[in-house]
Amino acid sequence: MISIHELGLRYPDGTAAIDGLSAQIRLQEFVSVVGPSGCGKSTLLKLLAGLLDSSTGTLHIAGSSPAAARAAGHDIAYVFQSPTLLPWRSVTDNVALPLELRGVEASVRQARAAGLIRLVGLEDFAAARPGQLSGGMQMRASLARALVTQPALILLDEPFGALDEITRQYLNEELMRLWLDQRWTAVLVTHNVYEAVFLSQRVLVMGPRPGTIIGEYRVDFPYPRAPALRADPRFGALAAGISARLREAME
Amino acid sequence: MKPAPRGAALPPLLFFLVFAAAWQLAVVLLDIPPFLLPGPLAIGAAALENGPALLSATAVTAAGALAGFTLSQLAGLLVAFAFAEWELVRRAGYPYAIFLQTVPIVAIAPLIIIWFGPGFPSVVVVSFIISLFPVITNGTAGLTRIDPELRQLFALNNATRLQLLLKLKLPHAVPYLVAGARISSGLAVIGAIVGEFFAGFGSSRFGLGYLVVLTSGQLKTAYLFAAILASTFLGLAIFWMTGRAGDALLARWGVEER
Repeated sequence: MISIHELGLRYPDGTAAIDGLSAQIRLQEFVSVVGPSGCGKSTLLKLLAGLLDSSTGTLHIAGSSPAAARAAGHDIAYVFQSPTLLPWRSVTDNVALPLELRGVEASVRQARAAGLIRLVGLEDFAAARPGQLSGGMQMRASLARALVTQPALILLDEPFGALDEITRQYLNEELMRLWLDQRWTAVLVTHNVYEAVFLSQRVLVMGPRPGTIIGEYRVDFPYPRAPALRADPRFGALAAGISARLREAME
Repeated sequence: MKPAPRGAALPPLLFFLVFAAAWQLAVVLLDIPPFLLPGPLAIGAAALENGPALLSATAVTAAGALAGFTLSQLAGLLVAFAFAEWELVRRAGYPYAIFLQTVPIVAIAPLIIIWFGPGFPSVVVVSFIISLFPVITNGTAGLTRIDPELRQLFALNNATRLQLLLKLKLPHAVPYLVAGARISSGLAVIGAIVGEFFAGFGSSRFGLGYLVVLTSGQLKTAYLFAAILASTFLGLAIFWMTGRAGDALLARWGVEER
């Protein structure tokens, strides 16, 4: 699905955000990227989305560049750190926006949006404006919007970072349920090791600038993963191992 | 604007009554000549006596102000659009937009009369020039100060330039334009009155600005006060109506004013 080889990004002032990064991500795989703040993990997602162009190396999604893949109809959905909803639109019209921009007929997009709104449990708030929703509910609307085009690849940029711990865990479980149901390829960027281990099949560890991958961990717990997994000693041991690798890289 | 709590009108009303009574008393006791300072009762009498003329002048000024206001909203939005879409246009044009704000309108009014002739057209032009700047600045801010992630969202969905304008930039600018219109409406009334000072002659129907010049020249001070009051009320009325219209629009928009 995604093939990254010796990827590098240098800003015009000469500082390198990412350098010599290589990775392979399989179709329908759930991969997390963890790293300290400023290690370039968000930049990596922007490169994957084709929102930035790399300076060196190659990055292929389904065999072509991200921008070309998008233009060819391989939908790439992006979930931002903030919900990035349009405040003047209802939840339904926000969720339907990607379809609207693709020229999908109004009745079809309303029906698709309604289905996803049900899926994320916002059916009672379909007509509400984002300003009337809590942060967690806004993030669900943002997730629904990302899923509405039935994308093959979803990029998640610390989507739950601003939420309280309970809401975060709850949304983690919901995201896992959606992934098991729909099986898109997911790349989740986070600084929360527990979130990464709970959700992913594989965790990539990025070191500080210039960002590159310094560790790779397989997570073999079977799906669906229960909330109680977080209390499992093997879960704790794996998370501790990843944390130790991160700390070691920062020293 | 939040709805005023009940009884909020009482203190200012009381203050007005006390103030007017003290004023009337001072005028009578100190025997101030009416051309220098007429009492509130004399002003009221002058207003009643000249009621039809005052109403007609208020209507003329209102027409000038609303025409200037409407033009400034349309032109201001167009300029803001050009500024927002083309960086070069903004850099080339912005200094001249500031010129609109800083030019002493009193100094260029005679020039406007030379170009547009005495009467209504010049009044509208002065009102337009004075009320244009806030529309340009607020409109430009509304069209450009957009969260980069929202722009990226549209880019990821391969939005066309037209979709970006109609579905993101223009709706985003609405609260900014409402705030701009509010400021602009008050200025448009001032502009119309200033315009009439210089260009209000030359037609059978005159506005409040011309009435102010006329009555002060004839030392009809009570009538002058009545004209000043009518100007103030007109300004308040137009400002209030713009505010209510803006509030109604923003309530439907579900967003706060910027």
